[in-house]
Amino acid sequence: MSIEILIVDDAPNIVLSLEFLMKKEGFSVRSVGDGEAALQAVEEKKPHLVLLDVMIPKKNGYEVCEAIRADPANREVKIIMLTAKGREVEQEKGLALGADDYVTKPFATRELVLKVRDMLGLKSD
Amino acid sequence: MGWQWIVPIVSVLYLGLLFAVAYHADRRASAGRSLVNNPTIYTLSIAVYCTSWTYYGSVGRAAETGIGFLPIFLGPTLIAAIWWFLLGKIIAISKVNHITSIADFISSRYGKSPLLGGLVTLFVVIGIMPYIALQLKAVAVSLDVLVHHLDQELSWDGPAAPWSDTALYVAMILALFSILFGTRHLDASERHEGMVTAIAFESLVKLGAFLFVGLFVTYGLFDGFGDLFRRTLADPQLRRLMTFEAMPGGYVSWFSMTLLAMMAVMFLPRQFQVLVVENVNPAHIRQASWLFPLYLLAFNLFVLPIALAGRLIFAGQGMDPDTYVLTLPIHGDQVWLALFVYLGGLSAATSMVIVEVIAMSTMVSNDLILPLLLRFRSAFREDLSGMILTLRRGIIVVLMLLGYLYFRLLGESHTLVSIGIISFAAVAQFAPPILIGIYWQGVSRRAALAGLVAGFAVWTHTLLLASFAKSGWIAESFLTHGPWGMAWLKPQALFGLTVFDPITHSVFWSMLANTGLLVLVSLFDRQNAVEQIQALNFVNVFEKGARGGNEYLWSGFVSVGDLKKLLARFIGPIQAELDFANYLQHRLLKLDEMAQAPAHLVAFAEKRLTGAIGSASARVMVSSVVKGEELDLHGVMRILDETSQVIEYSQRLELKSRQLEAATRQLQEANERLQELDRLKDEFISTVSHELRTPLTSIRAFSEILRDNEEMEAGDRRRFTEIIIKEAERLTRLVNQILDLARIESGKMEWHVSRVDLVELMRDAMDAILQLFQNKSVRLIFHSPEQPVMLLADRDKIIQVMINLLSNAVKFCESGIGVVEVQMRATPEEVGMAVVDNGPGIPEEDLEKVFEKFHQVHQARDEGRDVPLGTGLGLTICQRIIERHQGRIWVESRLGQGATFTFLLPRDGKSA
Repeated sequence: MSIEILIVDDAPNIVLSLEFLMKKEGFSVRSVGDGEAALQAVEEKKPHLVLLDVMIPKKNGYEVCEAIRADPANREVKIIMLTAKGREVEQEKGLALGADDYVTKPFATRELVLKVRDMLGLKSD
Repeated sequence: MGWQWIVPIVSVLYLGLLFAVAYHADRRASAGRSLVNNPTIYTLSIAVYCTSWTYYGSVGRAAETGIGFLPIFLGPTLIAAIWWFLLGKIIAISKVNHITSIADFISSRYGKSPLLGGLVTLFVVIGIMPYIALQLKAVAVSLDVLVHHLDQELSWDGPAAPWSDTALYVAMILALFSILFGTRHLDASERHEGMVTAIAFESLVKLGAFLFVGLFVTYGLFDGFGDLFRRTLADPQLRRLMTFEAMPGGYVSWFSMTLLAMMAVMFLPRQFQVLVVENVNPAHIRQASWLFPLYLLAFNLFVLPIALAGRLIFAGQGMDPDTYVLTLPIHGDQVWLALFVYLGGLSAATSMVIVEVIAMSTMVSNDLILPLLLRFRSAFREDLSGMILTLRRGIIVVLMLLGYLYFRLLGESHTLVSIGIISFAAVAQFAPPILIGIYWQGVSRRAALAGLVAGFAVWTHTLLLASFAKSGWIAESFLTHGPWGMAWLKPQALFGLTVFDPITHSVFWSMLANTGLLVLVSLFDRQNAVEQIQALNFVNVFEKGARGGNEYLWSGFVSVGDLKKLLARFIGPIQAELDFANYLQHRLLKLDEMAQAPAHLVAFAEKRLTGAIGSASARVMVSSVVKGEELDLHGVMRILDETSQVIEYSQRLELKSRQLEAATRQLQEANERLQELDRLKDEFISTVSHELRTPLTSIRAFSEILRDNEEMEAGDRRRFTEIIIKEAERLTRLVNQILDLARIESGKMEWHVSRVDLVELMRDAMDAILQLFQNKSVRLIFHSPEQPVMLLADRDKIIQVMINLLSNAVKFCESGIGVVEVQMRATPEEVGMAVVDNGPGIPEEDLEKVFEKFHQVHQARDEGRDVPLGTGLGLTICQRIIERHQGRIWVESRLGQGATFTFLLPRDGKSA
């Protein structure tokens, strides 16, 4: 069974880079561009991990995070928030709403990959 | 010469002696060696309370009801115990406010109300008339009895024709003496030192005479108290006199009598006169409050023994017990003692009558006649001081005649005591407005008025009219069946209340109505300005600053000369001149006749006038010469020294705190604006950083991907490199645009305005961007007009706007079928262009936002990779540029039907 990753971001080039990074790790990747689509995607098929941008249309990342966590069935879904706003308040807010970790843009690709693997319980070299 | 001549001559001589005493005292007073400034004289003058009623009547009462005579003495003894603060306060108030009578006191307390003053005076006249009649009766009867018993040849057949009517002569002589004692001159303080000395002397005479009789009866006719009481106890009828059984009405009646006596000793006009008006030094109260009860005790000592002796000696002879004091010495053949006793009784009666009518004449003239007279003849200019004296003398004569008439018409049918009680009950009605009014400032004028009128109405109905009925003046059925047959209005059983004796019944209902209305009306009434000031003056009389609070009451204009003239009319020109000179000297002031009188001088004149004509009239008179507003509400706030200062301070405090609140609010608002600006700035920085981070993220991510994946396919590598370049370009644009926007918004942008041709600018813009259209296979149509469209503008900035609109249009157009058309637009004042595309259009909810900073209409992600990436600032900058040119820019669009961006600029000459 392959590992499912859901990428939620509205910047096409960032989505592209994340898709590349995740696929390279051998994960199965889906990507959407707004909050509603993200919730729909989670509904359709529960991912193992969500890379969730905060500044997205329709529903922002916090709302999506909260909605995912509202369903007990999604308890084991890992959520990593991505944001270009790096202030501590926003980090805390994300963590308080149930995110597992928080990554500030621009991010170091290696670190992001390590963080994802670590969270999924995969051994890294 | 028979006794019928000797006794009247002795009487007149005795009165002459009294007058000599009074004259001497007045002389001493003028010489500055006052006899009256002495607590003993003060106390003896208070003993004017013991009238002929006490002298003869209490023995009569004791003979019939045993200890029933005691309340008349007990009441004053009880209230004397609280004189030190109650009387002290009343005296202080009266001194400060120059009050000269009980009517004045009540009128002054309730806003100097002339109506109240007049009403109280009227009530006093009606209420006290029986009492004066009583004295006349006592003197006349005692004289007749004495003459009859001494002149055995003279037959006693009662009063006959008016010329032989003893009471009439007594009334005339007493009127004469009252005039001599009380109205020889007009004094502002209404103090009569001579009169006080004379009545103090009379108090000694009457007590002495009474004690002599007592001793004579007890030790002359009997063998001392033991013998007397032994013989009394042997008689079963007399024995019951020693218990409450003999008292009609029992305990309840006894207590209501005590209560009435408590009120009477303070509020009878003559008592108020000697206690308050004639008081020289409030410190005298201390001695009076123990010496006066002692005096009463001495008086009481022999009341019961004389009464019992009379009953024992005259048993079965039908002798009037009211005359025992006189008839017992005669019985014992002590002619000279009898004469002395007669003089004692005469003393008791004359002192009462003289003080009473003098006090009442002051009231009647100041509170009843003068206010009316001044109202109708306020313009008259002659010296009124003489007229006032004449007026008072006339009033004294009229009052004496009224007393005489009452005695003639009603006096025969009642005992001395029952007449006196009616008067006691009348003056008791003044107790609520005075006693409550000096401790509770909330009592209003209307409340006092309502209480008094109700109390007197009840008194009139239950006591006065009832006594008329008993005398046969009105039908007996009034008593037995009630007026007009209404049983519930029966004067001695109102509303069916029958458990009390008539006196208690009347006291109960009148006091209930009086006090009840006083309190109730006060609770719902509002006081006017003068009422409030007077109420505060009275209640807070001992507080520093309450004195002289009136000074601020006058704020109008009057010259010193006019004020002096006014005063002169009432107290005489010499006295007025003297008073003014003293006052001004005391205040170290020099004011000529024409100078405007300061408020305190007006207040001083008012006080002097108050002494002469009463507070209500004084107020009317002063206001007649003071021009302008006598008192405005704003002025009231400044009054009453401390009180007003407190009010003022609290007002200022309130104002200050309001100002502070306002300042705080302004600060808060400013702070909120600052916070809002700060928040906007934060938001802007946060947004900018977000916008910068997005391309940076792509650049960094792809750079790292390229680094970490050396074995990557060439196609991917190139694609990723392209993205890095595009994102770097976007980053550059973003930085430029942010700087542009910041410059525009901060006003630091340089504008190079010149005459330009709008058509030419559009061609330049189209040339610059044509490649983009060709790349995407989008058609660009422009029907350029033949004439140039000239206007003043910054060429480069307008081209920037045009390029921005064109590049946006091409970005959203579909490759191959996309068409962008540029159209000229014009209104009479403006000219401009529209860029119309056939792209997907803009959702309605986004229409308003497209010009906002960093707002980007999201497009399908796959598209637009071959056009510049949006920054979200382009349209914002366009808007700023067009607005800077006094123009306007807007968008029209429907989803699926393309969008039209239009800008219009003012025509030539109107632009910046």
